[in-house]
Amino acid sequence: MRYLPKSPAERQEMLAAIGINSIEELFSSIPEPYRLKKPLDLPGPLSETELIQYFQARAAENSAGYTSFLGAGVYNHLRSVVTDTILQRGEFLTSYTPYQAEISQGTLQAIFEFQTLMCQLTGQEVANASMYDGSTATTEAVLMAERLTGRRRVLVARSVHPEYRDVLRTYAKNSGLKIEEIPYSAAGRVDSNELKTALRDDVCALVVQSPNFFGALENLAPLADAAHASGALLVTAIAEALSLGVVKSPTEADIVAMEAQSFGLAPSYGGPFAGVVAAREKFVRQMPGRLAGQTTDQDGRRGFVLTLATREQHIRREKATSNICTNQALCALAATVHLALLGKEGIREMAEQNLAKAQYTLEELEKIPGIKRTFKAPFFNEFTVELPRSVKIVNAELLKDKIVGPFVLGAAYSELSKHALVCVTETATRGEIERFAGCVRRALEQPL
Amino acid sequence: MNSKIKKASRHTNQNAGLIFEKSSPGKRAFDLPPLDVPAIDPEKALGSAHRRGGVEGFPEVSEIEVIRHFTRLSTWNYAIDLGMYPLGSCTMKYNPRVNEYIARLAGLATEHPSQPQELSQGCLKILSLLEKCLLEITGMDAITLQPAAGAQGELTGLLLTRAYHEKSGNPRRKVLIPDSAHGTNPATAVIAGYEVENIKSNAEGQVDIGKLRAQVTEDVAALMLTNPSTLGIFEQQIPEIAAILHGKGALLYMDGANMNALAGVTRPGELGVDVMHLNLHKTFSTPHGGGGPGAGPVAIKKILEPFLPVPVLVEKVDGKLALDFHRKESIGRVKAFSGNFGVLVRALAYILAYGPGIRQATEDAVLNANYIRKHLEPDFDLPYARPSMHEVVFSDALQKKNGVNTVDIAKRLIDYGFHPYTTAFPLIVPGALMIEPTESEDKEECDLFIDAMKSIAEEAEKTPEVVRTAPHTTRVRRLDEVGAARKPILRWKPAASRSEAAD
Repeated sequence: MRYLPKSPAERQEMLAAIGINSIEELFSSIPEPYRLKKPLDLPGPLSETELIQYFQARAAENSAGYTSFLGAGVYNHLRSVVTDTILQRGEFLTSYTPYQAEISQGTLQAIFEFQTLMCQLTGQEVANASMYDGSTATTEAVLMAERLTGRRRVLVARSVHPEYRDVLRTYAKNSGLKIEEIPYSAAGRVDSNELKTALRDDVCALVVQSPNFFGALENLAPLADAAHASGALLVTAIAEALSLGVVKSPTEADIVAMEAQSFGLAPSYGGPFAGVVAAREKFVRQMPGRLAGQTTDQDGRRGFVLTLATREQHIRREKATSNICTNQALCALAATVHLALLGKEGIREMAEQNLAKAQYTLEELEKIPGIKRTFKAPFFNEFTVELPRSVKIVNAELLKDKIVGPFVLGAAYSELSKHALVCVTETATRGEIERFAGCVRRALEQPL
Repeated sequence: MNSKIKKASRHTNQNAGLIFEKSSPGKRAFDLPPLDVPAIDPEKALGSAHRRGGVEGFPEVSEIEVIRHFTRLSTWNYAIDLGMYPLGSCTMKYNPRVNEYIARLAGLATEHPSQPQELSQGCLKILSLLEKCLLEITGMDAITLQPAAGAQGELTGLLLTRAYHEKSGNPRRKVLIPDSAHGTNPATAVIAGYEVENIKSNAEGQVDIGKLRAQVTEDVAALMLTNPSTLGIFEQQIPEIAAILHGKGALLYMDGANMNALAGVTRPGELGVDVMHLNLHKTFSTPHGGGGPGAGPVAIKKILEPFLPVPVLVEKVDGKLALDFHRKESIGRVKAFSGNFGVLVRALAYILAYGPGIRQATEDAVLNANYIRKHLEPDFDLPYARPSMHEVVFSDALQKKNGVNTVDIAKRLIDYGFHPYTTAFPLIVPGALMIEPTESEDKEECDLFIDAMKSIAEEAEKTPEVVRTAPHTTRVRRLDEVGAARKPILRWKPAASRSEAAD
C-alpha cells in the first residue's frame, strides 16, 4: 500500500525488537471473540488514477454546465489561485492546532491577522479564530449572551436564515433557553411593533441577520436601542460577509456571528466554511473558541500564542464556554489570504459589482409582466420577488434551459410560496443575467 | 546533543511583519473583470445610513507580497510533511495529496447545497458510499455525516441519547465520564443538558467494574467511554460495561477518537456500543490544517435511528438518492447544510485507497507505538504497564528528579527536529508524555525519534538546564503566555491608535 512506509522485512525486524512473533499478538488485549475474523467488506483498494476516475464520474453527475442564481447562505464568488496555492503548502495543510507556539508561529500569526481582518470588517473589538460555520456561530453567540446576562429568553427574527434558526433550536432545547420568533414587516425587516411587545427584562438576546435571509438590510440602530433598553444584547448574524465591503459594519451589535464562506471558500455542497464570533472587548472572557494573542518571547521578540485558554474545554471541562475543539482553521486561513489579495480597493470593488449586478437583474425581472419586488428595504446581492405562479414550477422550466433557478422561499416560509430569493454575484455575466430573465419570461408564458 | 543524532532541525528565520505593516495605499493583488452592467451609485442603492466608504485598516499589497508573506509564515510551522508528529490522541498521519486534488474537482467543489437533488446525485452517491464504508468499519446500523467535528459529534450523540430516553418518558439526569476522558466529553454533556459524574479508573487504567456497577442507576443516561482509552489501552471489559449499562436502560457512548487502533481489527458495534462518533481528521486522514476543518460523523444502533438529525440520506424506489427533511422524531439540525462535504470527500478517497487493507494501517500504527514503547521503557517511567494499542503514555517521574518536566522534554524535542508529543494529558497521569506515532512513520523515523528521546533523557541527567530552557533553535523562544492572557492583545491596530501593542 503506497501510503505505508514499511517493507515486510522491516515489520519482522520491529516485531523481533518488541519480542513477539506475530502482529496478532499486538492485539492480544482485545478479547478473542471480538477480534474480526474476516476482512472488512469495503470497495478498493484503488490506485490514484482509479480514485480520480471514480470522483470525476461522480462530479459529472452533478450540476456541471448549469448557471445558478442560488445564494441563501452560500455564495459563489471569484477566488484567486493564489489562495489555494498557499492553502496547499504542507506546512499549513498538515500542521496541528498551534499549541506548541515555538513551531507554529506561521499558523498563529495568520490567525492573529484573521482576527484583525474580522474586527475591521465587523467593527467589533475582538474576533475569535473561527467556529464551524455561520449557523453554529450564531448559536454560540446566543449562548454567550445567556452567560453574560443570566437571562433565558431569546428573540429571533424570522428573517434570520431558517437553518441557523434550526441549529439554534437544537442546541437550545436542553439548555433551558426559550426561543421566540419575531415576524417580519412589509418592508422585509424585523417588525418593530411585534418586537416591542415581546421585549421584556427577561430577554438575553435579540438575534437578527443583516443582510437578512430575504436579502434586506436591517436598521440595526433602533433594534440595538430597543434591545438595550430592556437589558438584552443585540446579536447580529451575517451570512453574506462580502456585503461588508460596501455596507456599514454592525457596530451597534454587541455580538456578531458571521459566515466567512464568501472569502475564498468554494460552495463545496455546504462545507467546510468558517464561522466567526466577534464582540465587544469587555465580553472576551465569555467568548467561545480559540483566540490568538500577541506576546513576547524570553528574548523580547514579538510572537503569538493561543490565549485565554481557561475558557476552553481542554482546561475547564464541564465549565467551559463551549465544547468546541477542532475549528475551521484552514478555512480561516483561506479567508485571510483571500482578503489580503483583495485588499481595501478589491473588496470595495467586488462588493459594488455585486450591488450593480443584483440591481440590474432586478430591473430585468421587473420588466416581466406579473413580477414584482416583495420587500422594499435596500439589499446587497440578494432580493425577493413575487412571481405570478409557484416558484417550483418556474424553476422546473428553468432547469430545461440549464439554469438553476432562485431559492424557493416557500420551502421555509409557507406564506411565500410564490416568492423567489434571487442571488446575483460578480460571477454572473450580463449575458447570463439577460438569458435568465428571458427564460423566466418564457417559463411564465408556458400554459399551466 | 548526542553525536549519533542524524535528524536536522529546520526552522526558517526570515522576518515578516504583519500583512498590515506592509500595506501602502494604491497597491492591490487581485483584479476583477470589468463591470459589464451599468454601474450604480452605492449611496443611492443602499442609502447613506447603510453605505460604507471603505474598510478602514484593510491591507493594500501586491500579489508577490501576499505569496511571500504567507510562504514565509508557513516556514515557521512544523508539519507532518516535514517529519513525525507524535501527538497522542491527535492521530497526525499522512494526508494523501490526491485527496486535495479530488476535493477541488469542478462538479464537487462548485456544488451548491440548495441545488435540486436531481442535480446532486454525484454528491449524494459520495455521501452514501461513505456512510456504507463507515458502517462496515464500525459495525453499527445507521449514521449521520452532519457534525462538523468530534465535539459536535459528541453533542449529536448525546442529543440522540436524550431523545431516546425522553421517548420512554424520562431523559435521565447524568452522564458518566471516566477521569481519563477528553475535555470535550464533559463540556458536551453540559450542553446536552446533563450533569457530569466522573468515574475513577482502577490501578490498571481501566474502568473499575465494581464502582461502575454502583454508579449506574436509572438516573444515568449514558457512559462516555474512549476506547482504546487515552492511555492507549484497550478497555477489555467493554462487553461487560455495556451489559451493566443496558441492565439499567442506559446507553454506551464510545468516543471514537482512537479508532485508528481498531479499524479492521474489531468493531465497536459488536462490543455493545450504542452510539459513537468518528473523527475523520484523525483516523481517516483529512488534513488538520492548523486546527480544522474536521468532520465528526455519528454512528448508532437501530434504536436511535428515528432521532437522527435532518436531513437523512435515503434511497428512493427508483434508485435515486434523496435528502429526507421530514422526520417527526428528529433532534433537528446541528449544522447548516450537508456537513463538511469537502472533508467527507477526502475521507472516502482515503478509505477507497485502502479498501479492506485498512487493517494494515491499523497494524502498522500499533506496531510503531509498541516499538517505540519497547525502546523507551528503560529511559522513561511507564505508569500503566498493560499492552499498548496505537499510543503509549509515559510519565516524567524519572526526569522530575532533576527538575525536568514533560513540557521541558517536549520543548527539547523541537530542537531535535520533531513535533512534541502530547503533554500533561491524560489528567490521570501526572506529567504525561503521550506518544502516538501513527502508521505513517517508517522504521528509520521511529529510530530517529527513539534516539532523540534517549538523548534528551541523558541530557536531563547530565545537563538539565539545556532541557529546561529549550527550545534553542527556533525562530522564537518560549513565549510569555501569562502576559498574553493578563493583558490580551488580540488584534493589530495602526500605529497612531496603538496604545499597548509593542513590536
